[in-house]
Amino acid sequence: MAGGDGDLKLLGMWASPFVTRAKLALHIKGLSYEYVEEDLGNKSELLLSSNPVHKAVPVLIHNGKPVCESAVVVQYIDDAFAGAGPSLLPADPYERAVARFWAAYVEDKLVTPWGRVFRVKTDEARAEAMNQTIAAVDALEGGLRECSGGKNFFGGDSVGYVDVLLGGLVPWIKATARLSGAELIDAAKTPLLAAWMERFCELDAAKAVLQDVDAVVEYAKAVQARAAAAAASN
Amino acid sequence: MSPPVKILGAFSSAFTHRAEVALRLKGVPYELIQEDLSNKSELLQKHNPIHKKVPVLLHGDRAVCESLVIVEYVDEAFDGPPLLPVDPFDRATARFWARFLDDKCSTSYWLALWTEGEVQKGSVKEIKENLALLETQVKGKRFFGGDTVGYLDIAASAFVGHWLSVFEEVAGVTLVTDAEYPDLCRWAKEYTSHETVKQCLPEREKLLAHFTASKDFIVSAVKSMTPK
Repeated sequence: MAGGDGDLKLLGMWASPFVTRAKLALHIKGLSYEYVEEDLGNKSELLLSSNPVHKAVPVLIHNGKPVCESAVVVQYIDDAFAGAGPSLLPADPYERAVARFWAAYVEDKLVTPWGRVFRVKTDEARAEAMNQTIAAVDALEGGLRECSGGKNFFGGDSVGYVDVLLGGLVPWIKATARLSGAELIDAAKTPLLAAWMERFCELDAAKAVLQDVDAVVEYAKAVQARAAAAAASN
Repeated sequence: MSPPVKILGAFSSAFTHRAEVALRLKGVPYELIQEDLSNKSELLQKHNPIHKKVPVLLHGDRAVCESLVIVEYVDEAFDGPPLLPVDPFDRATARFWARFLDDKCSTSYWLALWTEGEVQKGSVKEIKENLALLETQVKGKRFFGGDTVGYLDIAASAFVGHWLSVFEEVAGVTLVTDAEYPDLCRWAKEYTSHETVKQCLPEREKLLAHFTASKDFIVSAVKSMTPK
């Protein structure tokens, strides 16, 4: 299996939930790859030339050709290695459309405001961003119900595309709870998602790939401290 | 015999156009149901409860929402010439640039057209840089998809060409000129004159009238998009 993968290289940063998505997909498909840890404060020539538009990780380089944007990378892994491991997207076009709908929802309605929580300057803006994030989690509960059909994952019996996109965020979901006291996935409000998160973390891929939550918490605190220091000195 | 296909759409919506053009390129007959977006139908609210937006594709009892998701569904559910490239890497490239448009360009696009002052200046600079990046993908090719109209052409049509020229006229802002974006302008002409595409492009005069009438509404809606 590993011999037929071609030359696979992943440019990443250990704390990034988007890089985690790529790692999860590669693990689930049983693909071996070279991992390159980037210093995002001093980006490599390879990263800059491979992703000139965003200059961001993850970048998957397959036989020298770069693929960028985590959701695009995950789909690429599924497409290019269709014979390897389980499919992340279902076979049926309609089920694929439903998965893509919820994947887009995760990006647009959950990740986007959640990112603002860490970036905005005022308490008011942060509270609004957090409210939007929590509203998205509520809707995702319905998404999980629709996609899973009562089974364990968005992908049904086995892990699928939406599971990977959301699963990559799990360490940060848990870190957010510790940093701000806000439980994004609250068993009382979104029981299906809470159960999903526990099951996801039991997967071999999750155990192999998900970052340690303590480390993510420390990382987030350090980033916040640097931002505060920069703001103070301006 | 495949169940009937309907699109819930709005004539002014470039995103509705994306869904229509995909069906026409695949040769799939459909019924277009025009929504009054100021008074959304029960059908729309039922089939797109999350976003309550057009377009929605109804295929028998299936509802597909989000324009680019619809395009991929149409590509996979129906026979006909492929809309997405066949090669996985080319597919990834097309998806990358479509996301670039819908995720990265969208906010600066609207702000550049419909705001004023410093916010507008910054947005104009940003969108122009982004359009220059997009242009690299159609340089030396008839369409983003190569010789035929494909997924990225369909995605780009919401941002460049028919709709943009109307927005520029209504807003009194010029973003794309022949001199600065020769390949994008050439592409826009090719796309809008394509025999299948033009069947589902709304009449320019009607679009102009619609957006002129909606200008105040758009300006205030875009104000709420301004980053805090």
